Amino acid sequence: MPFNLLLAIALVYVAALFLIAFLADRRAQRGQGRWLSSPLVYTLSLSVYCTAWTFYGAVGYAARSGLEYLTIYLGPTLVFAGWWLILRKLVRVGRTQRITSIADLISSRYGKSTLLGVMVTLLAVLGTTPYIALQLQSVALSLGVFALPGTTGWVAADPTATGLWVAAGLAAFTILFGTRNLDANERHPGVVMAIAVEAVVKLVALIALGIFVVWGIGGGLSQTLARIDAAAHPGWELAGGRWAGLTFTSAAAILCLPRMFQVMVVENADEAHLAIAGWAFPLYLMLISLFVLPIAAMGLERLPDGANPDLFVLTLPLAEGQGALATLAFLGGFSSATSMVIVAAIALSTMVSNHIVMPLYLARRPAGATMSGDVRAAVLRARRLSIAGVLLLGYLYYRMSGGSEALASIGLISFVGVAQVLPALMGGLFWRGATRTGAAAGLGIGFAVWVYALFLPSFGPEGLISAGVLADGPAGLHWLRPQALFGIVGLDPVIHALVWSMLLNVGVFCVVSLASFPSPLERLQGAQMVNVFERTLGARGWSHGSAEAEDLLTMAQRILGPSEARALFAEEARSQGKADGLPDTTPEFLGRLERELSGSVGAATAHAMVAQITGSAAVQVEDLLRVADEAQQIMEYSSRLEAQSDELRRTAKALRESNAKLTAISAQKDAFLSQISHELRTPMTSIRAFSEILRDHGLTVGERERYAGIVHDEAIRLTRLLDDLLDLSVLENAQVSLNLAEVRLVDLIDRAVDAASAVPGATRVEVRRDRDAEAVSLVTDADRLTQVFINLIGNAYKYCDAASPVLSVEVVADAETIRADVIDNGPGIPPGARDIVFEKFSRLGEPGAAGGAGLGLAICREIAHRLGGRIAYLPEREGGAFRVMLPRGLTRPNDDAAGGGRAVSGAR
Amino acid sequence: MDKRVLLVEDEPNILEAIRFILSRDGWTVLTHSDGTTAVEAVARAAPDVLVLDVMLPGRSGFDILRSLRADGTSAKLPILVLTAKGQDRDRAMAEEAGATRFMTKPFANAEILQSLSDLYAGAQG
Repeated sequence: MPFNLLLAIALVYVAALFLIAFLADRRAQRGQGRWLSSPLVYTLSLSVYCTAWTFYGAVGYAARSGLEYLTIYLGPTLVFAGWWLILRKLVRVGRTQRITSIADLISSRYGKSTLLGVMVTLLAVLGTTPYIALQLQSVALSLGVFALPGTTGWVAADPTATGLWVAAGLAAFTILFGTRNLDANERHPGVVMAIAVEAVVKLVALIALGIFVVWGIGGGLSQTLARIDAAAHPGWELAGGRWAGLTFTSAAAILCLPRMFQVMVVENADEAHLAIAGWAFPLYLMLISLFVLPIAAMGLERLPDGANPDLFVLTLPLAEGQGALATLAFLGGFSSATSMVIVAAIALSTMVSNHIVMPLYLARRPAGATMSGDVRAAVLRARRLSIAGVLLLGYLYYRMSGGSEALASIGLISFVGVAQVLPALMGGLFWRGATRTGAAAGLGIGFAVWVYALFLPSFGPEGLISAGVLADGPAGLHWLRPQALFGIVGLDPVIHALVWSMLLNVGVFCVVSLASFPSPLERLQGAQMVNVFERTLGARGWSHGSAEAEDLLTMAQRILGPSEARALFAEEARSQGKADGLPDTTPEFLGRLERELSGSVGAATAHAMVAQITGSAAVQVEDLLRVADEAQQIMEYSSRLEAQSDELRRTAKALRESNAKLTAISAQKDAFLSQISHELRTPMTSIRAFSEILRDHGLTVGERERYAGIVHDEAIRLTRLLDDLLDLSVLENAQVSLNLAEVRLVDLIDRAVDAASAVPGATRVEVRRDRDAEAVSLVTDADRLTQVFINLIGNAYKYCDAASPVLSVEVVADAETIRADVIDNGPGIPPGARDIVFEKFSRLGEPGAAGGAGLGLAICREIAHRLGGRIAYLPEREGGAFRVMLPRGLTRPNDDAAGGGRAVSGAR
Repeated sequence: MDKRVLLVEDEPNILEAIRFILSRDGWTVLTHSDGTTAVEAVARAAPDVLVLDVMLPGRSGFDILRSLRADGTSAKLPILVLTAKGQDRDRAMAEEAGATRFMTKPFANAEILQSLSDLYAGAQG
């Protein structure tokens, strides 16, 4: 058969695959073609498990080790037959959490752990790269077989070039159909359809070859069985431990392989498909493995010794002159290789871009720039680059390893590698106690053991690990020999690595999980995944029944208020053409409801609430986090409000204080009028009464003189009161004219003490002065200032009731100001009265007792103010203490208003 | 007949003027000038009529008035309240507190004589 014809057929086949993928994608986009997501397509797509390793390698495996190749199918068969146990949960979790890859699942389960995402991604890349290399190698090998027809071995013209072309073509296909869009569900109908077609081609090719081998050239079933018996050799002996180990490995692999996760979970359109795949996929595996042993036996019999059993599938029909069958077999092998590479590349690129490239990209961008359009573009670019990178890596591995290993052993090494994810995966799905630290530790040690005991030695002696280390352990540590860890010798290298890596992985995972505490997010995710069925059971189903609408109404009533919610639902029902009852929960209505709700509770919360009731998509951690964000914003808002209300409280308090002050002043004004009345009427009463007595009664000369004297005194008292009132009025209205002159303070105080000595009680009081300190000069109005000191000293004389009353005058001066304190050792001003002591008529104690009308301190305050200074009560001093502050050089009187207004502002 | 009047007033000049007027009119005049002890002074003096100032040291006249009216023996005592404040509010407060008569300072001497004889006649009749 001409090589060029084969190439042409291969190219046509590839073109057909492109077309199928393209058409399927287009139909899916238009919402047509339900069969695209049928259980059959789903089951067939699962056959990416059967790679070139299965297609070519199984025969080689069987030729070398007999029935052992079945273990590779036994594991998946067990997993799928028992789909109810693990797969159902895996798919449910993957769908409800919108998981995009196995790395995403592990990362999500353990609290969105970046570290775990990166670890699983690296493990997957490391485990898959040899596998991709293996596929490239198989295509190159198979083409090589045709390049020199008639040969039974592999002699290629330029196998590396072939590998490069194949890699490039696959990259193109994968980029084209694997990154067309960034759907939320990450599904690729075109790719899946092409994979399904390839699955049929591989199955048909192997069965056709099998039929040819058994009935075409083998002479029927019994003869074939006899031939198999004859072909048996010591290598075919069944080893129980190895069987169990390999079965476990393949079972683990089908759960953990990135490409299997992609087709099983990510591309799953309907959970119900699992039930069919549960028997259909094992059936497919059975069919595809059915003729492996006959082909191997026939190859061993018919083909010359030294012929590569991995290529029996091609070389056998070629040797029998069946070019068409060989071509079909080639297409089957090609399909196996390409489907694996495509799906693996999609799965790996998703992982690499989501867990390595995008985090780095986002970390380097300024915060807040996320979720814009260019991020989508960046994600797509990252996917595409990752696909090219993955394929390049596979190609480089293929170039480096040079096809040295038997296909099957590369596959097994990969399987053991990806199986390291199993403990973290199963623990994550079934054990709520599993923690991120535990998963990372278990995964880390399992990964390390695998690399050390299996992956590195697989490059052979003098590959990446020296023969010396292989034989004697690193640095002569015998118990650390890569293939005989802890002195366990005699085990098969694969089983040895499997046992140790899994033992340590599981052990460390459990111990560390028990010893560590999960973060809240981990606990939440753990509960969501482990209890995935409890949460969504009953809420599932695609019937948009009335129960759902009722639940939505209940929720909406709670948020929007009963009448508004009912109005909204009624209006929707009418617009749907329903006379009464509840509306159908159409996507449009759900969208509208969500918008309505989001006005009240925020978009994320609204989405999460609607989604939870409709069961269309379970609440995701991202949703919950957004809900938390919204709550956070509300809290921030309310704390701002709180700050504002604090401010308001303070303002209100200040206003209340001002108001109290004003009320007090207003009451004082009333009291002032009342006081003026009283102060004027009291002397007038005496004057009137005695003047009538003088007029009406016969009196003695002594009486006459006495009563006339009283009238005179009271008239003077009246005049003095009027003088004070006028004085205060003038001072308050800034009509005062000051006689400014330079005076010595000591002279003023001398005058004041003299004048005050007329006050009753003055003689009891001891006056203490420091004449030196008082000997300061200042420019001021001497008479006015003296008036202030007379008042203060006089008050002290009047009110100081100490046993031995003492009055001190303390003067402190600097270049600018003078401070004079007048202090007695009496009771002082009670705390409640200190604020009003300078107000008019605020005389404390008994009326008349002190002889004044209570205007003295008010006048003092006004004078001090006009003189550019101020007067204050000193509450911290014991006794009655007043301080007068004055400038030393007054140039003009202070015209600002004083009095009540200042008292209000002074309240703060 | 002995007409007893008690003057409770703290301004000495006013006290002297009223005492002079009432004495000349035949009253027996007793005086007291402190607010805090005024109630006891009334009990001790047992006057026929009481003249009470409002602005007293220690205790306001209104307050003393209320105490007297609450006390059984003085409940019916004719009381003339004198005040220098003279606002309507003060009159209302005085009546409320139980004043028999209210008079604003300054007053005509004849006025106070007339008031007291009215009060005395009212009490005797």
